[in-house]
Amino acid sequence: MESQRHLKPLDFGSEPMTIELGPQHPAMHGITRFRCQLDGEVIEKMEADIGYLHRGFEKEAENTTYINVIPYTDRLNYVSPLINNVGYVLAVEKLFQVEVPRRAQYARVIMSEISRITDHLTCNGASAMEVGAMTVFLWFIKAREHLWELVEEVTGARLTTNWTRIGGNANDLPYGFLTMLDERLVKVEEALNEGEALILRNKIFIDRLKDIGILSRERAIEHGFTGPMLRATGVPYDLRRADPYLVYDELDFEIPVGTVGDCFDRFLVRQEEIRQSIRIIRHAVEKLPPGDFHCRDRRVWMPDKYEVFNSIEGLIDHFKIVMEGPKPPPGEAYHAVEGGNGELGFYVVSDGSGHPVKCRVRPPCFNYVAAVPEMTVGHYVADIVPIFGSINMIGGELER
Amino acid sequence: MSEDSAKPSAPETAPDAPAAPPAPEPPPLTRLLQEQFGERVLGHHAQHGDETVSIRREGMRDVFAFLKRDPRCAFDLMIDLTAVDYLPRTPRFEVVYHLKSLTVPHRLRVKVPVEAQAPEVDSIRELWIAADWYERECHEMYGISFKGHPNLKPLLLYDGFEGHPLRKDYPKGRQQPLVPMRPVKERYDYGERFQPVEHPHTPAVTLERQES
Repeated sequence: MESQRHLKPLDFGSEPMTIELGPQHPAMHGITRFRCQLDGEVIEKMEADIGYLHRGFEKEAENTTYINVIPYTDRLNYVSPLINNVGYVLAVEKLFQVEVPRRAQYARVIMSEISRITDHLTCNGASAMEVGAMTVFLWFIKAREHLWELVEEVTGARLTTNWTRIGGNANDLPYGFLTMLDERLVKVEEALNEGEALILRNKIFIDRLKDIGILSRERAIEHGFTGPMLRATGVPYDLRRADPYLVYDELDFEIPVGTVGDCFDRFLVRQEEIRQSIRIIRHAVEKLPPGDFHCRDRRVWMPDKYEVFNSIEGLIDHFKIVMEGPKPPPGEAYHAVEGGNGELGFYVVSDGSGHPVKCRVRPPCFNYVAAVPEMTVGHYVADIVPIFGSINMIGGELER
Repeated sequence: MSEDSAKPSAPETAPDAPAAPPAPEPPPLTRLLQEQFGERVLGHHAQHGDETVSIRREGMRDVFAFLKRDPRCAFDLMIDLTAVDYLPRTPRFEVVYHLKSLTVPHRLRVKVPVEAQAPEVDSIRELWIAADWYERECHEMYGISFKGHPNLKPLLLYDGFEGHPLRKDYPKGRQQPLVPMRPVKERYDYGERFQPVEHPHTPAVTLERQES
């Protein structure tokens, strides 16, 4: 009895405690702040605070020409910039009603899928690192580096790609690119297999991710989830199939879905999507048609230099595009693409001038961050990290 | 038929005058909404294949409830909410909603025109919780308030930001006034047990400035 004296309950005078996670925290990708009210170690209440990376994309876009917006879109989701480029120009091309040659469309698909792989590799590698699997992170980042070198080969830059143009792409796929792509995809697959062998049957990893951050299918739909987050709850909604754009309806791939909608499902869905993206790329390379990489529509594409110097029409068209920018007919268009995170939509309104009246980005991770409090309440503080890692918040597109 | 009666109608049927195109058949969703709500549907178009309906501000919540719950519409995903400022035009603003259905393969864009004076629309946060943050963002960027939204505080901008930056009359390069630094204690109430430690460098100065 004497020895058990220390087991008597002691009154420490507990009270709810408020902690701030972020804005400067290694697990906060980008800059976000969460105010958590804790009862012991359990989160009772949570509030997300964003806006540390707001740079006024929409205001900037309204004050510039349609072409000059394209470099800004690189900075939206900066781990998959090519999807943003493609999404924006598809919306503007919808306003112009221009048809892009099939080779350009296939090239866009290939580059988008490379970007999707880099996006998912970043997200999964980072969330694995944050729960302790450092090796996986390094391998995935190395695989990502292989792909970014490919992107550099095509666009000249790893992240600030600025590759698409209204009516085509900046350049064709360079000589020798497809061979290099083949080799790199094999390396990515190796990295995937090795990484999965390390963690997918690792008890620590599974315990940290399984049944954490569950959001039911109904709530996910209510919250406006799209992309891998919605597919992890079991809804096979993928814009590449639901509203096919570019040439996705000609390519073979499957839509992986999860069952529960926890962090582990999201991890697995992203892993499988990388494999499907590799499949899409291989199929697209197989079917890549010969042809032009841009259209010949004089409203959006500059005439050849020979025409500029030798014909008055060519000179005028060149001058108009350089000085005033392409002018779409008045109207409005919304075009959504399947971004790395989900539905990345661009809503462009034109009044017939060279500047957009409105250029709205529908950021996919906006809804996810809004739902973080709902996913987190009731979990431990340590679970914020895998939950936040699994939503793959990208500050650039969240706050624009 | 006499010639006199035929003459007035001659200009309308002249072969060189363009024949009035037959009014395009409204797309199925638009027709459904027109049947259901009649006068509340102000206009519609389907430019570039995006079906668009413009509705009256009064009673818009009923329209959205119908769009969400009716099985012929079944818009379960609220994709996007934003506003557009057409400055010289009246009504000045348009709140634009993009809806998507997961069961029926269709999309819809709903536009609600709003006047420049005290712009206000109904909040649809009760129908789609996704609208919560979108409405907060729209509120701070355009100054449109959402009736029924419990918490319209700034989301992307900071407290003390003056004006609504996405309005057309907000100049792009406008400088904002500097927000005075506030002492830590005023910003967050940590309870009595956790008093902020007075740092030797900054807080003493700011505390004095705040009190004066």
